[in-house]
Amino acid sequence: MSAAVSAIDLGLQSCEVCALPSRPAPGAERGRCPRCAAVLDFRKPASLQRTWAFLIAAAICYLPANLLPVLTTTTAGGTESDTILQGVVLLWSPTGWPLSLIVLVASIMIPSAKILALAYLLISVQRGATCNEPQRVQLYRTVRFIGRWSMVDVFVDTFTAALVQLQPLMAVEPAPGLLFFAAVVVLTMLAVESFDPRLIWDAGRTPEVAHA
Amino acid sequence: MAGRWSSGAPQAPADEVWNQAMGDDALIACPDCDLLQRLPALTAGASARCPRCGRELWRHRVDALDRSLALALAAAVLFVVANAVPMLGLSAVGHSAQTTVIGGAAHLWNNGEQPVAALVLTTAVLAPAAQIVFMLVIATAARRARPPAWVGVLLRYHPTARIWSMIEVMLLGVLVALIKIADYATVIPGLALYVLGVLVFLLAGMQASFDPREVWSRIEWASQRERSAQPAAALEGSR
Repeated sequence: MSAAVSAIDLGLQSCEVCALPSRPAPGAERGRCPRCAAVLDFRKPASLQRTWAFLIAAAICYLPANLLPVLTTTTAGGTESDTILQGVVLLWSPTGWPLSLIVLVASIMIPSAKILALAYLLISVQRGATCNEPQRVQLYRTVRFIGRWSMVDVFVDTFTAALVQLQPLMAVEPAPGLLFFAAVVVLTMLAVESFDPRLIWDAGRTPEVAHA
Repeated sequence: MAGRWSSGAPQAPADEVWNQAMGDDALIACPDCDLLQRLPALTAGASARCPRCGRELWRHRVDALDRSLALALAAAVLFVVANAVPMLGLSAVGHSAQTTVIGGAAHLWNNGEQPVAALVLTTAVLAPAAQIVFMLVIATAARRARPPAWVGVLLRYHPTARIWSMIEVMLLGVLVALIKIADYATVIPGLALYVLGVLVFLLAGMQASFDPREVWSRIEWASQRERSAQPAAALEGSR
């Protein structure tokens, strides 16, 4: 393992688009991939700052996303608004509990786990941690892989609102919480894409052989 | 694509300078941990993983272009059908309603949720459409011995389309909505729902059979194309 050499140690930039490793002009931090013309950096530019920015924005939206109602149901008996958690409780029944569980996992557990996991990755990179690199990369890949599933509730609410239009008996309309919830999903996905997993390994590199 | 703001270091005016290739086709740096390594020659169907972090670096697909083209064609047909016919219908006490995929987004748009409507339209319609169309064009144009450089542009944006294409997530959401509504109304699953169910597997198969590395290895290089576009001087110099 000690013989492992990162591309950056040899002054090589790896293309994120076509995977070709190439050498920038002497002294240059940035160049273009000779094969696909993508702009190359050794690491994603300002990766930590951008990831933090998206993550903090997501964490701020997380509160209204869970506190504000996502759907408003109007019936002859009056108007009722449901937050995501109330939606989970409403779905809970002897036969409906698996669905309730799906929404609970996708809408509440995945977004919060994602925010915590990314914060942990960012902090561990900033503190220069040199342990558990394979596990941390695996955590990053897991977050990237499952993150999209938190969109489930956006689709549930979209199609419930589009379909339940039985005026004047009953009508369901989207409510303000939906916008914040969708924002959490998009912002955490952007945070994941801004993070450069190679930073996890950089703290363990021998610093004196920095790129020329 | 994304804005390229620097972290304060003076910006080298190097954006237009081509990097120098290493001339070793097997050389690769792991995208997840930057470990520099050589890919072994793989038999068809085999895959290579990074020894340091376990990331799959390359899987040698059999017949990649034919299979991805066939699956992309089938996906294109199903995609059109899925968006042309109703996905869900509902009836209760003499009332009935139905919606398509785009109808769901349109309803949000008309009810003051334009940003969410745009997100639903992007993830359920536009990104999947881009994913399929890009694959159709790539799998057709990459048949030439030396695919033109613009194929590289499509290859570059194809992963982005794939990230935001969420048909499988939408399908789960629709199923939850369906069962939720079934408590107080009769829900009629539309043809589009079944078509989408098949489409999810076609898209997964299309992605799994595609081998971007094989196309990149044959593609016309951007740096060479620019050189050959510059007349006389550059040509003279290279002789």
